[in-house]
Amino acid sequence: MVDKNHISVSVWRGGATGSFQDFKVKLEDNQTVLDVVAWIQAYADPTLSYRYACRVGMCGSCAMMVNGSPRWTCRTHVNKVLVDGKMEIAPLRNLPVIKDLATDMDPFFEKWVTAEGLHHPTKTRDDPIEAIDPSNAARVEINEGIECINCAVCYAACDTVASNLDYLGPAALQRAWSVYNDSKDAGKQAVLDAVSGAGGCHNCHSMGSCAVHCPNDLNPMKAIAGLKRETARNFFKRRT
Amino acid sequence: MMTLRLYMAQRISALIMAPLVLMHIGVMIYAIQGGLSAAEILGRTQGSAFWFLFYGIFVIALSVHAAIGLRTVLSEWAGLRGSLLNGFSWAVLVLLLILGMQAVYGVTAT
Repeated sequence: MVDKNHISVSVWRGGATGSFQDFKVKLEDNQTVLDVVAWIQAYADPTLSYRYACRVGMCGSCAMMVNGSPRWTCRTHVNKVLVDGKMEIAPLRNLPVIKDLATDMDPFFEKWVTAEGLHHPTKTRDDPIEAIDPSNAARVEINEGIECINCAVCYAACDTVASNLDYLGPAALQRAWSVYNDSKDAGKQAVLDAVSGAGGCHNCHSMGSCAVHCPNDLNPMKAIAGLKRETARNFFKRRT
Repeated sequence: MMTLRLYMAQRISALIMAPLVLMHIGVMIYAIQGGLSAAEILGRTQGSAFWFLFYGIFVIALSVHAAIGLRTVLSEWAGLRGSLLNGFSWAVLVLLLILGMQAVYGVTAT
Protein backbone atom coordinates (compact mmCIF):
# COMPACT_ATOMS: atom_id res chain seq x y z
CA MET A 1 0.00 0.00 0.00
CA VAL A 2 1.28 3.43 -0.94
CA ASP A 3 -0.37 5.00 2.11
CA LYS A 4 -3.71 4.70 3.88
CA ASN A 5 -5.50 7.12 1.57
CA HIS A 6 -4.11 5.91 -1.74
CA ILE A 7 -4.06 2.69 -3.72
CA SER A 8 -1.57 1.39 -6.26
CA VAL A 9 -3.25 0.44 -9.54
CA SER A 10 -1.51 -1.51 -12.34
CA VAL A 11 -3.23 -0.86 -15.66
CA TRP A 12 -2.55 -2.68 -18.93
CA ARG A 13 -1.18 -0.36 -21.60
CA GLY A 14 -0.76 -1.31 -25.25
CA GLY A 15 -2.39 -3.92 -27.48
CA ALA A 16 -1.74 -7.64 -27.61
CA THR A 17 1.78 -6.81 -26.51
CA GLY A 18 2.28 -4.20 -23.89
CA SER A 19 2.94 -3.85 -20.19
CA PHE A 20 1.37 -2.75 -16.94
CA GLN A 21 1.68 0.87 -15.87
CA ASP A 22 1.34 1.81 -12.20
CA PHE A 23 -0.84 4.68 -11.02
CA LYS A 24 -1.36 6.10 -7.55
CA VAL A 25 -5.06 6.77 -7.02
CA LYS A 26 -6.78 8.40 -4.04
CA LEU A 27 -9.04 6.01 -2.17
CA GLU A 28 -12.65 7.24 -1.89
CA ASP A 29 -15.75 5.92 -0.15
CA ASN A 30 -17.89 3.58 -2.29
CA GLN A 31 -15.39 3.90 -5.14
CA THR A 32 -15.86 1.45 -8.00
CA VAL A 33 -13.15 0.00 -10.25
CA LEU A 34 -14.67 2.00 -13.13
CA ASP A 35 -14.35 5.16 -11.00
CA VAL A 36 -10.64 4.41 -10.65
CA VAL A 37 -10.18 3.90 -14.40
CA ALA A 38 -12.15 7.08 -15.13
CA TRP A 39 -10.07 9.01 -12.59
CA ILE A 40 -6.82 7.84 -14.19
CA GLN A 41 -8.01 8.94 -17.63
CA ALA A 42 -9.31 12.29 -16.34
CA TYR A 43 -6.45 13.25 -14.04
CA ALA A 44 -3.37 11.08 -14.68
CA ASP A 45 -3.21 10.01 -18.32
CA PRO A 46 -5.82 11.13 -20.90
CA THR A 47 -4.48 8.61 -23.44
CA LEU A 48 -5.89 5.68 -21.46
CA SER A 49 -8.53 3.84 -23.53
CA TYR A 50 -11.42 1.98 -21.95
CA ARG A 51 -15.09 1.34 -22.62
CA TYR A 52 -18.19 2.07 -20.56
CA ALA A 53 -21.66 3.48 -21.00
CA CYS A 54 -24.40 3.18 -18.37
CA ARG A 55 -22.37 2.94 -15.11
CA VAL A 56 -25.23 1.05 -13.43
CA GLY A 57 -24.74 -2.56 -14.54
CA MET A 58 -27.20 -2.61 -17.41
CA CYS A 59 -25.25 -2.14 -20.63
CA GLY A 60 -22.44 -4.70 -20.23
CA SER A 61 -19.76 -2.42 -21.70
CA CYS A 62 -17.28 -2.02 -18.88
CA ALA A 63 -16.14 -5.59 -18.12
CA MET A 64 -12.40 -5.91 -17.45
CA MET A 65 -10.05 -8.31 -15.73
CA VAL A 66 -9.59 -7.14 -12.15
CA ASN A 67 -6.84 -8.98 -10.27
CA GLY A 68 -7.13 -11.75 -12.87
CA SER A 69 -10.91 -12.20 -12.62
CA PRO A 70 -13.44 -10.86 -15.11
CA ARG A 71 -15.79 -8.35 -13.48
CA TRP A 72 -18.30 -5.63 -14.34
CA THR A 73 -16.20 -2.72 -13.17
CA CYS A 74 -19.07 -0.26 -12.65
CA ARG A 75 -20.61 -2.46 -9.96
CA THR A 76 -17.39 -3.70 -8.37
CA HIS A 77 -16.35 -1.77 -5.29
CA VAL A 78 -12.63 -1.17 -4.97
CA ASN A 79 -12.53 -2.22 -1.31
CA LYS A 80 -13.95 -5.59 -2.32
CA VAL A 81 -11.07 -6.43 -4.67
CA LEU A 82 -8.05 -4.62 -3.17
CA VAL A 83 -5.16 -6.88 -2.15
CA ASP A 84 -2.68 -5.12 0.16
CA GLY A 85 -3.77 -1.75 -1.23
CA LYS A 86 -3.08 -2.90 -4.79
CA MET A 87 -5.19 -3.72 -7.81
CA GLU A 88 -4.43 -4.93 -11.33
CA ILE A 89 -6.75 -3.98 -14.20
CA ALA A 90 -6.42 -5.64 -17.60
CA PRO A 91 -8.53 -6.03 -20.77
CA LEU A 92 -10.99 -8.94 -20.94
CA ARG A 93 -9.43 -12.35 -21.51
CA ASN A 94 -10.12 -14.42 -24.66
CA LEU A 95 -10.73 -11.36 -26.84
CA PRO A 96 -8.33 -9.38 -29.06
CA VAL A 97 -7.07 -6.22 -27.35
CA ILE A 98 -7.60 -3.04 -29.35
CA LYS A 99 -5.79 -0.71 -26.96
CA ASP A 100 -5.27 -0.60 -23.20
CA LEU A 101 -8.51 -1.81 -21.57
CA ALA A 102 -10.66 -1.89 -24.72
CA THR A 103 -11.13 -5.27 -26.39
CA ASP A 104 -12.56 -6.09 -29.79
CA MET A 105 -15.98 -7.56 -28.97
CA ASP A 106 -16.71 -8.67 -32.56
CA PRO A 107 -15.75 -12.35 -32.11
CA PHE A 108 -18.02 -12.48 -29.05
CA PHE A 109 -21.06 -11.04 -30.81
CA GLU A 110 -20.41 -12.89 -34.08
CA LYS A 111 -20.73 -16.14 -32.14
CA TRP A 112 -24.24 -15.15 -30.99
CA VAL A 113 -25.23 -15.13 -34.66
CA THR A 114 -23.29 -18.34 -35.41
CA ALA A 115 -25.18 -20.03 -32.54
CA GLU A 116 -28.46 -18.93 -34.21
CA GLY A 117 -29.12 -16.72 -31.20
CA LEU A 118 -31.48 -14.65 -33.29
CA HIS A 119 -35.22 -14.58 -33.85
CA HIS A 120 -36.78 -16.86 -36.46
CA PRO A 121 -40.35 -15.58 -36.80
CA THR A 122 -43.40 -17.84 -36.91
CA LYS A 123 -45.81 -15.07 -37.88
CA THR A 124 -46.02 -11.93 -39.96
CA ARG A 125 -46.83 -8.42 -38.80
CA ASP A 126 -50.42 -8.99 -39.95
CA ASP A 127 -51.04 -11.85 -37.52
CA PRO A 128 -52.41 -11.17 -34.03
CA ILE A 129 -49.84 -11.18 -31.21
CA GLU A 130 -49.47 -14.61 -29.68
CA ALA A 131 -50.33 -14.83 -25.98
CA ILE A 132 -47.54 -16.31 -23.85
CA ASP A 133 -48.30 -17.98 -20.54
CA PRO A 134 -45.59 -16.75 -18.11
CA SER A 135 -45.88 -19.94 -16.03
CA ASN A 136 -45.29 -22.23 -19.02
CA ALA A 137 -42.24 -24.46 -18.35
CA ALA A 138 -40.38 -23.46 -21.52
CA ARG A 139 -41.04 -19.78 -20.80
CA VAL A 140 -39.80 -20.16 -17.21
CA GLU A 141 -36.61 -21.74 -18.61
CA ILE A 142 -35.99 -18.50 -20.55
CA ASN A 143 -36.33 -16.27 -17.46
CA GLU A 144 -32.62 -16.46 -16.66
CA GLY A 145 -31.25 -16.17 -20.18
CA ILE A 146 -33.02 -12.92 -20.99
CA GLU A 147 -31.33 -11.20 -18.02
CA CYS A 148 -27.98 -11.48 -19.82
CA ILE A 149 -26.41 -8.05 -20.42
CA ASN A 150 -23.85 -9.27 -23.03
CA CYS A 151 -20.89 -8.17 -20.90
CA ALA A 152 -18.66 -11.12 -22.00
CA VAL A 153 -17.56 -11.78 -18.41
CA CYS A 154 -18.51 -15.47 -18.84
CA TYR A 155 -16.67 -15.59 -22.17
CA ALA A 156 -13.54 -14.20 -20.51
CA ALA A 157 -13.91 -16.60 -17.58
CA CYS A 158 -14.30 -19.71 -19.75
CA ASP A 159 -11.21 -21.95 -19.91
CA THR A 160 -12.75 -23.89 -22.80
CA VAL A 161 -12.87 -20.70 -24.90
CA ALA A 162 -9.24 -20.06 -23.91
CA SER A 163 -8.11 -23.42 -25.29
CA ASN A 164 -10.54 -23.60 -28.23
CA LEU A 165 -11.23 -20.23 -29.87
CA ASP A 166 -13.87 -21.82 -32.13
CA TYR A 167 -16.01 -22.58 -29.09
CA LEU A 168 -19.15 -20.44 -29.15
CA GLY A 169 -18.92 -19.71 -25.43
CA PRO A 170 -21.41 -19.53 -22.56
CA ALA A 171 -23.29 -16.35 -23.49
CA ALA A 172 -24.01 -17.27 -27.11
CA LEU A 173 -25.09 -20.78 -26.11
CA GLN A 174 -27.33 -19.46 -23.36
CA ARG A 175 -28.91 -17.17 -25.93
CA ALA A 176 -29.40 -20.14 -28.27
CA TRP A 177 -31.08 -22.02 -25.41
CA SER A 178 -33.47 -19.08 -24.86
CA VAL A 179 -34.32 -18.96 -28.56
CA TYR A 180 -34.82 -22.74 -28.60
CA ASN A 181 -37.34 -22.50 -25.75
CA ASP A 182 -39.20 -19.57 -27.27
CA SER A 183 -42.63 -20.73 -28.49
CA LYS A 184 -42.61 -17.80 -30.92
CA ASP A 185 -39.45 -19.06 -32.63
CA ALA A 186 -39.55 -21.20 -35.77
CA GLY A 187 -35.84 -22.04 -35.89
CA LYS A 188 -35.52 -24.84 -33.33
CA GLN A 189 -33.76 -27.24 -35.68
CA ALA A 190 -31.52 -24.45 -36.95
CA VAL A 191 -30.49 -23.74 -33.34
CA LEU A 192 -29.76 -27.42 -32.60
CA ASP A 193 -27.71 -27.72 -35.79
CA ALA A 194 -25.82 -24.50 -35.03
CA VAL A 195 -24.79 -25.70 -31.56
CA SER A 196 -23.78 -29.20 -32.72
CA GLY A 197 -20.69 -28.30 -34.77
CA ALA A 198 -16.98 -28.16 -33.96
CA GLY A 199 -17.45 -25.08 -31.74
CA GLY A 200 -20.77 -26.21 -30.29
CA CYS A 201 -22.20 -26.88 -26.85
CA HIS A 202 -20.62 -30.36 -26.63
CA ASN A 203 -17.21 -28.75 -26.05
CA CYS A 204 -18.33 -27.51 -22.63
CA HIS A 205 -16.53 -29.33 -19.80
CA SER A 206 -19.03 -28.07 -17.20
CA MET A 207 -16.28 -26.34 -15.25
CA GLY A 208 -18.77 -23.65 -14.26
CA SER A 209 -16.57 -20.55 -14.43
CA CYS A 210 -19.38 -18.83 -16.37
CA ALA A 211 -21.84 -19.37 -13.52
CA VAL A 212 -19.28 -18.36 -10.87
CA HIS A 213 -18.32 -15.09 -12.55
CA CYS A 214 -21.64 -13.97 -14.11
CA PRO A 215 -22.37 -10.59 -12.51
CA ASN A 216 -26.12 -11.24 -12.80
CA ASP A 217 -25.85 -14.67 -11.13
CA LEU A 218 -27.04 -16.44 -14.27
CA ASN A 219 -26.06 -20.04 -15.02
CA PRO A 220 -25.06 -20.49 -18.68
CA MET A 221 -23.69 -23.95 -17.80
CA LYS A 222 -27.26 -25.05 -17.06
CA ALA A 223 -28.44 -23.68 -20.40
CA ILE A 224 -25.59 -25.54 -22.17
CA ALA A 225 -26.60 -28.74 -20.35
CA GLY A 226 -30.11 -28.19 -21.72
CA LEU A 227 -28.73 -27.87 -25.26
CA LYS A 228 -26.66 -31.05 -24.81
CA ARG A 229 -29.79 -32.87 -23.63
CA GLU A 230 -31.95 -31.65 -26.51
CA THR A 231 -29.32 -32.31 -29.19
CA ALA A 232 -28.80 -35.84 -27.81
CA ARG A 233 -32.55 -36.49 -27.84
CA ASN A 234 -32.75 -35.10 -31.36
CA PHE A 235 -29.81 -37.28 -32.46
CA PHE A 236 -31.90 -40.41 -31.89
CA LYS A 237 -35.15 -38.92 -33.20
CA ARG A 238 -33.65 -38.17 -36.57
CA ARG A 239 -32.41 -41.74 -36.92
CA THR A 240 -35.62 -43.59 -36.03
CA MET B 1 -13.49 -29.58 -31.24
CA MET B 2 -16.24 -31.86 -29.99
CA THR B 3 -19.12 -32.30 -32.42
CA LEU B 4 -22.48 -33.89 -31.62
CA ARG B 5 -21.44 -37.15 -33.33
CA LEU B 6 -18.23 -37.45 -31.31
CA TYR B 7 -20.11 -36.48 -28.14
CA MET B 8 -22.72 -39.20 -28.71
CA ALA B 9 -20.08 -41.81 -29.58
CA GLN B 10 -18.22 -41.02 -26.37
CA ARG B 11 -21.37 -41.03 -24.20
CA ILE B 12 -22.73 -44.26 -25.70
CA SER B 13 -19.35 -46.01 -25.35
CA ALA B 14 -19.32 -44.86 -21.70
CA LEU B 15 -22.79 -46.34 -21.19
CA ILE B 16 -21.59 -49.65 -22.63
CA MET B 17 -18.43 -49.62 -20.53
CA ALA B 18 -20.04 -48.81 -17.18
CA PRO B 19 -21.62 -52.25 -16.49
CA LEU B 20 -18.64 -54.04 -18.11
CA VAL B 21 -16.20 -52.24 -15.78
CA LEU B 22 -18.25 -53.19 -12.74
CA MET B 23 -18.44 -56.82 -13.85
CA HIS B 24 -14.73 -56.85 -14.76
CA ILE B 25 -13.77 -55.63 -11.29
CA GLY B 26 -16.36 -57.85 -9.60
CA VAL B 27 -15.07 -60.99 -11.32
CA MET B 28 -11.47 -60.05 -10.49
CA ILE B 29 -12.27 -59.74 -6.79
CA TYR B 30 -14.29 -62.97 -6.87
CA ALA B 31 -11.72 -64.92 -8.90
CA ILE B 32 -8.65 -64.17 -6.77
CA GLN B 33 -10.24 -65.57 -3.61
CA GLY B 34 -8.05 -68.53 -2.67
CA GLY B 35 -5.18 -67.65 -5.00
CA LEU B 36 -4.84 -67.15 -8.72
CA SER B 37 -2.84 -68.71 -11.50
CA ALA B 38 -2.54 -68.14 -15.24
CA ALA B 39 -3.80 -71.65 -15.87
CA GLU B 40 -6.91 -70.94 -13.81
CA ILE B 41 -7.73 -67.80 -15.81
CA LEU B 42 -7.08 -69.43 -19.16
CA GLY B 43 -9.15 -72.43 -18.11
CA ARG B 44 -12.08 -70.09 -17.68
CA THR B 45 -11.56 -67.92 -20.75
CA GLN B 46 -10.15 -70.19 -23.46
CA GLY B 47 -12.80 -71.24 -25.91
CA SER B 48 -15.43 -69.12 -24.16
CA ALA B 49 -17.66 -67.21 -26.56
CA PHE B 50 -19.06 -65.27 -23.59
CA TRP B 51 -15.69 -63.88 -22.44
CA PHE B 52 -14.68 -63.22 -26.05
CA LEU B 53 -17.80 -61.12 -26.58
CA PHE B 54 -17.54 -59.53 -23.11
CA TYR B 55 -13.97 -58.31 -23.56
CA GLY B 56 -14.34 -57.80 -27.33
CA ILE B 57 -17.16 -55.30 -26.75
CA PHE B 58 -15.22 -53.83 -23.82
CA VAL B 59 -12.16 -53.20 -26.02
CA ILE B 60 -14.20 -51.60 -28.82
CA ALA B 61 -16.11 -49.31 -26.43
CA LEU B 62 -12.91 -48.37 -24.59
CA SER B 63 -10.99 -47.64 -27.80
CA VAL B 64 -13.72 -45.34 -29.09
CA HIS B 65 -14.09 -43.62 -25.72
CA ALA B 66 -10.37 -43.11 -25.13
CA ALA B 67 -9.63 -41.95 -28.68
CA ILE B 68 -12.28 -39.23 -28.49
CA GLY B 69 -11.16 -38.17 -25.01
CA LEU B 70 -7.54 -37.97 -26.10
CA ARG B 71 -8.63 -36.06 -29.20
CA THR B 72 -10.09 -33.34 -26.97
CA VAL B 73 -6.94 -33.18 -24.86
CA LEU B 74 -4.71 -32.98 -27.95
CA SER B 75 -6.91 -30.26 -29.41
CA GLU B 76 -7.21 -28.11 -26.29
CA TRP B 77 -3.79 -28.64 -24.71
CA ALA B 78 -1.53 -29.30 -27.70
CA GLY B 79 -3.44 -27.13 -30.18
CA LEU B 80 -3.73 -29.86 -32.84
CA ARG B 81 -6.31 -29.09 -35.53
CA GLY B 82 -7.75 -30.49 -38.74
CA SER B 83 -6.31 -33.58 -40.39
CA LEU B 84 -3.42 -33.83 -37.93
CA LEU B 85 -5.89 -34.05 -35.04
CA ASN B 86 -8.13 -36.52 -36.87
CA GLY B 87 -5.18 -38.62 -38.03
CA PHE B 88 -3.79 -38.84 -34.52
CA SER B 89 -7.18 -39.78 -33.08
CA TRP B 90 -7.76 -42.51 -35.65
CA ALA B 91 -4.25 -43.83 -34.96
CA VAL B 92 -5.02 -44.00 -31.23
CA LEU B 93 -8.27 -45.83 -31.98
CA VAL B 94 -6.55 -48.38 -34.24
CA LEU B 95 -3.66 -48.89 -31.82
CA LEU B 96 -5.99 -49.51 -28.86
CA LEU B 97 -8.13 -51.87 -30.97
CA ILE B 98 -5.09 -53.88 -32.09
CA LEU B 99 -3.58 -54.10 -28.60
CA GLY B 100 -6.93 -54.89 -26.96
CA MET B 101 -8.13 -57.40 -29.52
CA GLN B 102 -4.76 -59.14 -29.46
CA ALA B 103 -5.17 -59.59 -25.71
CA VAL B 104 -8.76 -60.80 -26.09
CA TYR B 105 -7.66 -63.29 -28.74
CA GLY B 106 -4.74 -64.35 -26.55
CA VAL B 107 -6.90 -65.39 -23.60
CA THR B 108 -9.95 -66.74 -25.42
CA ALA B 109 -8.45 -68.63 -28.41
CA THR B 110 -8.06 -72.36 -27.98
